[in-house]
Amino acid sequence: MDVVNLDQISFKPLLAEVKAAMINAINQDYFNPSSQHKRGEQAAEVLDAARRSVAGLINAAAAKEVVFTSGGTESVNHAIKGVAMANAEKGKHIVISNIEHNAVIRSVRRLKSMGFRVTSVSVDDKGRVNPRDIAEAITDETILVSIMHSNNETGTIQPIEEIGKITREKKIIFHTDAADSVGVVPIDVQKLGVDLLSFAANTFYGPPGVGGLYIRRGTRIYPLLDGGVQEHNKRAGTENLIGIIGMGAAAQVASARLDQWVAHCQGLKDKLLAELPDAIDEYIINTHPVHSLPNMVSISVQYIEGESVMLMLDDDDIAVSTRSACATGSLRASHVLISIGLSHADAQGTLVVSFGKDTTEDDITKFLTSLKEVVTTLRNISPLYNKVSNSTA
Amino acid sequence: MYNKVVMDHFRNPRNVGVIENADGVGEVGNPLCGDMMTIYLKIDDDRIADIKFQTFGCGSAIAVSSMLTEIAQGRTLAEAKKITNKDVAKALEGLPKNKLHCSNLGADALQMAIKDYEDRLAGIERPEAVREEPHEHSHGEKCYCPYCDIELDEGVSFCDACQSSLEEEH
Repeated sequence: MDVVNLDQISFKPLLAEVKAAMINAINQDYFNPSSQHKRGEQAAEVLDAARRSVAGLINAAAAKEVVFTSGGTESVNHAIKGVAMANAEKGKHIVISNIEHNAVIRSVRRLKSMGFRVTSVSVDDKGRVNPRDIAEAITDETILVSIMHSNNETGTIQPIEEIGKITREKKIIFHTDAADSVGVVPIDVQKLGVDLLSFAANTFYGPPGVGGLYIRRGTRIYPLLDGGVQEHNKRAGTENLIGIIGMGAAAQVASARLDQWVAHCQGLKDKLLAELPDAIDEYIINTHPVHSLPNMVSISVQYIEGESVMLMLDDDDIAVSTRSACATGSLRASHVLISIGLSHADAQGTLVVSFGKDTTEDDITKFLTSLKEVVTTLRNISPLYNKVSNSTA
Repeated sequence: MYNKVVMDHFRNPRNVGVIENADGVGEVGNPLCGDMMTIYLKIDDDRIADIKFQTFGCGSAIAVSSMLTEIAQGRTLAEAKKITNKDVAKALEGLPKNKLHCSNLGADALQMAIKDYEDRLAGIERPEAVREEPHEHSHGEKCYCPYCDIELDEGVSFCDACQSSLEEEH
């Protein structure tokens, strides 16, 4: 059964090149890259090659600045907790935004319980941070600013370069969570002016469970995992070499094809936004009209609830994601959607439609056709829709 | 996520709609919780002659409403008053634990609709239907962990039983 995958922020299929590289890696029976015999050195060379490919994708000045991790979550935890621990003597203040991923929010919450102070700046109704607010939030005690590159629920891109100028001038460490950006839009760590950048392999069709943390040379940070001297003393533990090889292969392909992928996704996004008004009415687009990723759109369909929509679309073999409280298991509306000013009822009806290089125009058409039917069905059941149509009648 | 009975009632909900000039109307929930249900009753000779519902909510909320109407249809008021949320969940052959207390509100709405009917009979003016401001616990006074279902004290931020943080979620 072919499912139309419009939930590619949750999972992207592995590239053929990635599968081939990983299968080959398994068959090669690589040794431990830390071993000093010939077979160990051979493995270390393969590891280095993967690191160079990944460093190339984000334009790191040196491959050594990339540390392989188990994914975006570990990278973020490493960046935030590692900087906090290493710089606590300088100060205990951290600046984040209201719309960060839970990896950031819960990391700083953990630090709060250990005596750190956190300022969380708000975003405008389009979901963007104002760099001036960051400048104002910084105090003499501030040791870290962590602002996501793009938001995982709306796709809105933050003014990272401008924030980077502020943090550089004030000599404060700057981390950006780019887990949804690297491999989706061009990322240049030198141009962005960040000291730390978290990313994940699956965002660019690599294996889930592998990621990277870019650490600019000279950044004061402790490891999250203590133990051996792997990853240039920054991340202990025997490397996940097969996964890393997969990530390296994915980075190589992404570097070569990124422009093509961006153009393809942007075309689909434009089509979706252009044709949505013909399918349904009374909805809110939460994605920034200009500063946003090309591969996703967040739509709040009014008067109905997102999990119901997701389940009904699933029956039509269309996979999307929803940010309704019911479906996330948190039983609370998404903090991101509330932060950009949505009411709880509107937040409940939010769908995130995300696509990739293999998504076709036909997939978008199928989605719109199915969505039209599902929305009509659910609005017929909804007491909210009833009330509104009565009062406007 | 949901079993076959729940999915059937979600995909083919029974008794959807509004009864014009209903004898009793009951409404529970709010968008903050994620679910809202309205139950309409037509009463004939102390018996539920017709029942319809409207629901804003997740799959289980719609299934609960549908199943509730099936259980209540044709019952005497005395019988209907005994229907509980647990009965509905049981008839659905179970709901996911974290849904038990947020979306299993059907019987509450039914009981409110019956009370509305009885109030009208007794000549008690029906208050103008004004939607209440969102509040946290519209469904009973008790509060439960959404993850492990254990009863909690109001306002706690951590469930000791399952070690879940409730700070944001609760």
